[in-house]
Amino acid sequence: MFTYTIRRLMFAVPTLLVISFVIFALLDLAPNDPLGDLPLTIPPEVREQIRAAMGLDQPFLIRYLKWLQQFFVNEPLNILEQMTGWQFGDGNRMRVLSWATRSPVVDLIVQRMPQTLWVVGMAYVFGILLAIPVGVISAYRQYSIFDQVGTFVTMVGYSVPTFFTGVLLIVIFSSWLQWFPSIYDTNLVVNDWSSLIAQMRQMFLPVLVLSLYNASQITRFVRASMLDNLSQDYVRTARAKGVKEKAVLLVHVLRNSLIPVVTVIALGVPTIFSGAIITEQIFRVNGLGQLLITAVQGADIPLVQTLTFIFAVLIVLFNLIADVLYGILDPRIRYD
Amino acid sequence: MKSLKILLAGTVAALALGGAAQARGTDGDLKILFWQAVSTLNPYLSGGTKEVYSSSMVIEPLARYDETGTLVPWLVSEIPTVANGGVASDMKSITWKIKPGVKWSDGSAFTADDVVFTWQYCTAPDGGCAQKAQYEGITKVEAVDPQTVKVSFAEPKYYPYGAFVGAQSPVIQKAQFKDCVGAKAPGCTSANFGPIGTGPFVVKEFKPNDVITFTANPNFRDAAKPAFASVTLKGGGDAASAARAVLETGEFDYGWNMQVEPEVLETMMKAGKGTLVTAFGTQVERINLNWTNPDPALGDKRSTVEGGKHPSLSDPAVRKALSMAIDRDIINEAGYGAAGKPTCNIVPAPDIYISTANDWCLKQDIAGANKLLDDAGWKKGGDGIRAKDGVKLSYLYQTSTNSVRQGTQALVKDWWQQIGVASELRNISASVFFGGDPASPDTFQKFYADVEMYTNNFDGTDPEKYLTEWLCNKIPAPANGWQGQNMPRYCNPAYDKIVAELSKTADLKQRAELAKKANDMLTAEGAHIPLIHRGQISATAVTLQGVKMNAWDSELWNVADWSRKK
Repeated sequence: MFTYTIRRLMFAVPTLLVISFVIFALLDLAPNDPLGDLPLTIPPEVREQIRAAMGLDQPFLIRYLKWLQQFFVNEPLNILEQMTGWQFGDGNRMRVLSWATRSPVVDLIVQRMPQTLWVVGMAYVFGILLAIPVGVISAYRQYSIFDQVGTFVTMVGYSVPTFFTGVLLIVIFSSWLQWFPSIYDTNLVVNDWSSLIAQMRQMFLPVLVLSLYNASQITRFVRASMLDNLSQDYVRTARAKGVKEKAVLLVHVLRNSLIPVVTVIALGVPTIFSGAIITEQIFRVNGLGQLLITAVQGADIPLVQTLTFIFAVLIVLFNLIADVLYGILDPRIRYD
Repeated sequence: MKSLKILLAGTVAALALGGAAQARGTDGDLKILFWQAVSTLNPYLSGGTKEVYSSSMVIEPLARYDETGTLVPWLVSEIPTVANGGVASDMKSITWKIKPGVKWSDGSAFTADDVVFTWQYCTAPDGGCAQKAQYEGITKVEAVDPQTVKVSFAEPKYYPYGAFVGAQSPVIQKAQFKDCVGAKAPGCTSANFGPIGTGPFVVKEFKPNDVITFTANPNFRDAAKPAFASVTLKGGGDAASAARAVLETGEFDYGWNMQVEPEVLETMMKAGKGTLVTAFGTQVERINLNWTNPDPALGDKRSTVEGGKHPSLSDPAVRKALSMAIDRDIINEAGYGAAGKPTCNIVPAPDIYISTANDWCLKQDIAGANKLLDDAGWKKGGDGIRAKDGVKLSYLYQTSTNSVRQGTQALVKDWWQQIGVASELRNISASVFFGGDPASPDTFQKFYADVEMYTNNFDGTDPEKYLTEWLCNKIPAPANGWQGQNMPRYCNPAYDKIVAELSKTADLKQRAELAKKANDMLTAEGAHIPLIHRGQISATAVTLQGVKMNAWDSELWNVADWSRKK
């Protein structure tokens, strides 16, 4: 298993390099322009100078190599300096700078991380916690009222887009009832009970929207996997041996059914970091998803490039984790 | 006993102050919503409207425009003119006298050196300063003494109020930015995110593209202002939900740029939490007509002067008929409401520049347009489309992606259909359309279409620079990297002459006459079809008072005077 993991990690390096080049090339080919949003009163000569100041007048390959150096050498050195207090060289390295804000991209990402992890991560956890019991009961009592209702709700949750449920919840809970705020306050610091309650209130609607979506997806997997296992021979054997129904279900069937579900959950983790673009935009959570979409709209190429590359790293990494987990959980699977 | 006396005296003093005017910082937090989030607080590095507006609460120019478009002294004691000796009689220099006692928010004195430095900062090579145009034609800015700044021009400048006037060219502090000149400018993140200013508020925390927190400036020149102790400026989302947050849920006090269909806004206003404020500047939504041939068969010569004239739009009758067929009232009602009015001018304001020469266009005249085309020899074919000598009146009509614009396109297509003109509609993402990437075929500069629609305007109140955009030498072409502003490819030596005369005229009345003449010529000859004079529209909570909507400067120009209604 260990050599397998090492081998996969070695393979990941060229894969990621190719990915970074492809992203850079695609962004370069895209017709977006970082000056597209500026007022037309700014004359063309001035625009040309702004472009030059951004380094856009340099050839494609030079810009790509510069980004590689900034991202793989300068940024890690910078983080190391901040963590250890050591000084490498004169400390005056060119960092990856966003074009819109003219500030280091990594700082922006660090600033956005907390709200995304709180809202999107929490919704993922809630989704899983809700999905497993619902999936188990739905499968055990197949075609019962509970299963029918559960199937209906998960189908609705899965197929109705978040931009609809989000706005619907705002209209009901913010405009009519005025129970929850429709705008997320990223400045809120939780340090006492009242601020904790405020934090929970502002998280409620976005977490609800995303949990519904996540739970719907995972419930379907749990149910299908449970149904597969319930008809297996080992279940009949267990029952024939007089094992209690509770133990059959929760010890034998559930454990085996969760193997594919764990893989699905692990593969879904990178999507937490890429944020929920639409939901973040609707509730103004202003996390990583909103950062990415404003960067895409404003053609802020260094920011888009860095963000999408980090997502690529996470996806490659969690694919590996899912594969390794599969090997650990299921003794039938061996990679060596 | 003694302490009681002091306490009493304090109360009396407080009462006296309260009676005279509001006191600083007594009205709590002001919540402003910009649905396009602010990226930086240094307008010299961004140039975007949202950055210019948000930074205007912190850094200020020497003079600015009030809500009527009149210049008012801001950090200076008076507006320099030839009469008061502030502007040299040869119009080659202007001298500003700084108000005594103006302080930066860190307590240091605001001096002429800071003004000189601001000019050096923006004109430094490799700095990529977005507001460089404000400093065009300036040869020298010098500090005569700590309170006096002299700006000298290379040529006589008949409208000398460009640099250091309006929210686009505020003064920044030399002490803070002295190591950030030229190529080093983007690296100074803390200065760009928290400029020290003379304005009513100080940046407390800036989260780029998210939220800004300001507190009242303890060193602001008016001791009783601002009324609010702090400002939270949140960003993100879309215009409709921003309107809801102010008008319907009342979570915010002020929402900038409510570009939402009028009927949607009306429903939201029924909640009674807020109202809309509008102001009209110089924005005009227009359809540009391509005077050159955009035929793809021409290859590199497409939409260039070398490629030849447009086969049908070169006929003045066609250009006029296209304008006559449009009902501007309906376009306004459907897409703009209170934020627009029909217009036939390209220079729609200020009042002295408004022309009525082309007001025939305000009334739709389908029959007249049909007759005009009949007389010009364009005959309807079997498909209802007019043609002459094998040239069909069939146009590609492009604009940026935006629901109001697509609505207008559909209306115009229908009216043109009624006069036998076919049109194919196309919309392009705004960042591509306005992006100006010379490699992209879809930019508004390349104009690979017959007609295109967008809005343009000019800064401040003087249209001279704006009118130069239609000069023959401003036509975009491969030779200049498609970087001209004369999108219609209009070229008329008589027009060039009028604009040249304008740049040599000092008298305001004569300037207005010449500007009107130029404006009339453009519409009458059909360089474009003006549609709507667009206003700016924002939302304010009913509990907020003192908002004076301003289209000539930053909307937040008088934020120091805003207060909570009690």
